[in-house]
Amino acid sequence: MNSNSLRSPLGKVKGLGSAKSGTEHFMVQRLTALALIPLTVWFCFSLAAMPQMDFETFTAWLRSPISASLMILTIIMTFYHAYLGLQVVIEDYVSDHAVRLAAIIAIQFICILVSVIGLVSVVKIIVGGPA
Amino acid sequence: MAWTDKRPMSPHLQIYKLPMTAMLSVMHRGTGVVLSAGSLFLIWALAAAATGPESFALVQTVMSSWFGYLVLFGFTGALYFHLCTGVRHLIWDLGKGLQLQSTKKSGVVLVVIALTLTALTWLIAFTAG
Repeated sequence: MNSNSLRSPLGKVKGLGSAKSGTEHFMVQRLTALALIPLTVWFCFSLAAMPQMDFETFTAWLRSPISASLMILTIIMTFYHAYLGLQVVIEDYVSDHAVRLAAIIAIQFICILVSVIGLVSVVKIIVGGPA
Repeated sequence: MAWTDKRPMSPHLQIYKLPMTAMLSVMHRGTGVVLSAGSLFLIWALAAAATGPESFALVQTVMSSWFGYLVLFGFTGALYFHLCTGVRHLIWDLGKGLQLQSTKKSGVVLVVIALTLTALTWLIAFTAG
């Protein structure tokens, strides 16, 4: 065993230390942010450019392959980014460990549930034909 | 453990005036939380559109009310603000623009860009609609 190691004996036994994955949260938060820059601008300006926001206009717009694809990406990126962001907010302000864990799990479940509802809705609008 | 010291804690928010950098930081986090909640509205609209014209008509009624417009206007403003402060965070992550003077300058620039994008979006919305 290397006696010059900077790792504590306890850390070694517990297998703590670099797991080569410590930056994952940081990186994914930034990568989803990067993806959301063009997606957000596309989404806002597409809706703004609609002559009216009725059922026919909205669903016809969403049925184009480009709109549907970008909408699916927007949903996934938005709720992944929101989950990571809200997790940090909870970690900063909720000091009770049990409440903190429960809140983070709740946020994660809500984000997954809501994005699946969104994705299924988009798919139904694309394949469902004119309602 | 109960806090017994009666002296004000630093930074004492009722006395201490937050510098712009701190204000923008708080607002970045605040708009992030607000946008997360607001995104639920988008999913509601999508689910309604997938359900049928009658369901979507309710979304349309809510959106075209004065309250709906107020929420949508606030939502786009918050979205572009969070986008601009977020881009600045990405630039900071590259190690650029971290000097106090440049953060003050970029703060003003990002607020102007966010307001411009908000105004532009609504200009298009009103001329198209």
